[in-house]
Amino acid sequence: MRRKPTNILPAVLTYGFVGLMAFLSVFPFVWMVLGATNSSIDIIKGKMLPGEALATNVANFFTQVNAPLVFWNSAKVTILATVLTLAVSSLAGYGFEIFRSRRREGLYRAMLLTLMIPFAALMIPLFIMMGKAGLINTHIAVVLPTIGSAFIVFYFRQSTKAFPSELRDAAKVDGLKEWQIFLYIYVPVMRSTYAAAFIIVFMTAWNNYLWPLIVLQSNETKTITLVISSLASAYYPDYGVVMVGTILATLPTLAVFFFMQRQFVQGMLGSVK
Amino acid sequence: MILARRGGIGRYYDINGWLFVAPALGLIALFMVYPILWSLWMSFQSGRGMMMKFAGFANIVRLWNDPVFLKALTNTMTYFVVQVPIMILLALILASLLNNPRLVGRGFFRTAIFLPCVTSLVAYSVLFKGMFAPDGIVNSTLQAIGIVSSPIPWLTHPFWAKTLVIIAITWRWTGYNMIFYLAALQNIDKSIYEVARIDGVPAWARFTHITIPLLKPVILFTTVISTIGTLQLFDEVYNLTEGKGGPSNATLTLSLYIYNLTFRFMPNFGYAATVSYVIVVLVALLAVLQFYLARERDR
Repeated sequence: MRRKPTNILPAVLTYGFVGLMAFLSVFPFVWMVLGATNSSIDIIKGKMLPGEALATNVANFFTQVNAPLVFWNSAKVTILATVLTLAVSSLAGYGFEIFRSRRREGLYRAMLLTLMIPFAALMIPLFIMMGKAGLINTHIAVVLPTIGSAFIVFYFRQSTKAFPSELRDAAKVDGLKEWQIFLYIYVPVMRSTYAAAFIIVFMTAWNNYLWPLIVLQSNETKTITLVISSLASAYYPDYGVVMVGTILATLPTLAVFFFMQRQFVQGMLGSVK
Repeated sequence: MILARRGGIGRYYDINGWLFVAPALGLIALFMVYPILWSLWMSFQSGRGMMMKFAGFANIVRLWNDPVFLKALTNTMTYFVVQVPIMILLALILASLLNNPRLVGRGFFRTAIFLPCVTSLVAYSVLFKGMFAPDGIVNSTLQAIGIVSSPIPWLTHPFWAKTLVIIAITWRWTGYNMIFYLAALQNIDKSIYEVARIDGVPAWARFTHITIPLLKPVILFTTVISTIGTLQLFDEVYNLTEGKGGPSNATLTLSLYIYNLTFRFMPNFGYAATVSYVIVVLVALLAVLQFYLARERDR
């Protein structure tokens, strides 16, 4: 009890600092939500009270943007990328961990090296490849280069180390083939690993910008990130409309994050171990 | 291992194993390895659009006489040198403060500070552009509390535009790094801190002599990831400064320059590929350097 006075200052500093950081982190979200209810002029002036322009902004957003199509485009790209990446990467993660071969570790390390390749160095050849294949302006072109993800393979391999080998041995004795073991035992057992990878891949695919910007050139194929970017780069951007757009674009990833927060943190943990 | 070397049953396992691994490796080979090698070959060529011919080292020579490239390189390195240390230190401090079980509301603080990570790079760039507008909320607040007398030209002044990019990336990524440190801190035996506290080691010394050394592998991991991220900076700069790279190229990055060379100016794939290889070399050099520094201090 006697030591209490000396402990007050660090506590004040700690709460002050952490509180300030939390405030700064959340503030743009508050600004975004309030902004959606205000007119463009009020938003820029920094009005921090709810306004009455929400209905107008939403209506303007839906007249300026073909929202159902844009969201369908984003959903299509994201679902395709997520399902295919999880399938391909978990197969590889399982394969790398379960099988014994001299060449295994060498190949694995070579694959991990590709993590260091910046996208900028790939985009020109990829663009030409997609052009030759006649895939420019298609969602397949957006998804294809993202499916083989060294990072997600790495993540699945790390997590597979926790997969009990007794289960595999027992299944072998029962006469299951390797693909049956994978499908009927590995996949259900590794549910939480899949959940964490799902969040990472989902967010990356939904938020992807540079590659879709290059490949998707017509308005019929554009995703929500491209549309928001073009709304905001207008000469006089209508910030009310932009706010409605950013909210709608952020909601899916926000929802995924809040529903699966625990798996997400576990997923980050799994990738560091 | 012995089975595999002898062939027979090992070879059977091999085939089965490679079947599982093949789709991922095939896709990585087709969409990562093949393009990066193609890009290397292209960097020795010159010409417009698809009409290219061998040019030897002409592109590399051109780099040194290209003021725009040098500007983009300087900017990218400035972001890296200034932003990465600030962010890593901030994330470390936040993680060690929020790891304290006696801190009331730490779950709330963690979620709040992590929240920026769920936004897309485009969405938050757009938000920041509005917040930092000349008569926007940031300037009016700064003026109201008397920090500045006239609005800061965040988007139009070379220095402030760079500062804005740094503020923006720090906002987006600090919480992301913090989660890695929090995860790692949870694996540290809490009794180490208890003993240090009983021995009267002050908080700052506990941070520098216990937390940082124990987290070194994770710090290395996040530093390498952040290095790669910073050297690839595109979305934020493109959306904050309307694709131009800011006032007199003040915020132009290497990635944005490659984009401009390929899709905005008269396309010159060869030269753009050369610039892209500068990023490859920088990423490799910096990653090796970081691993080397981490290993040196271990001795």
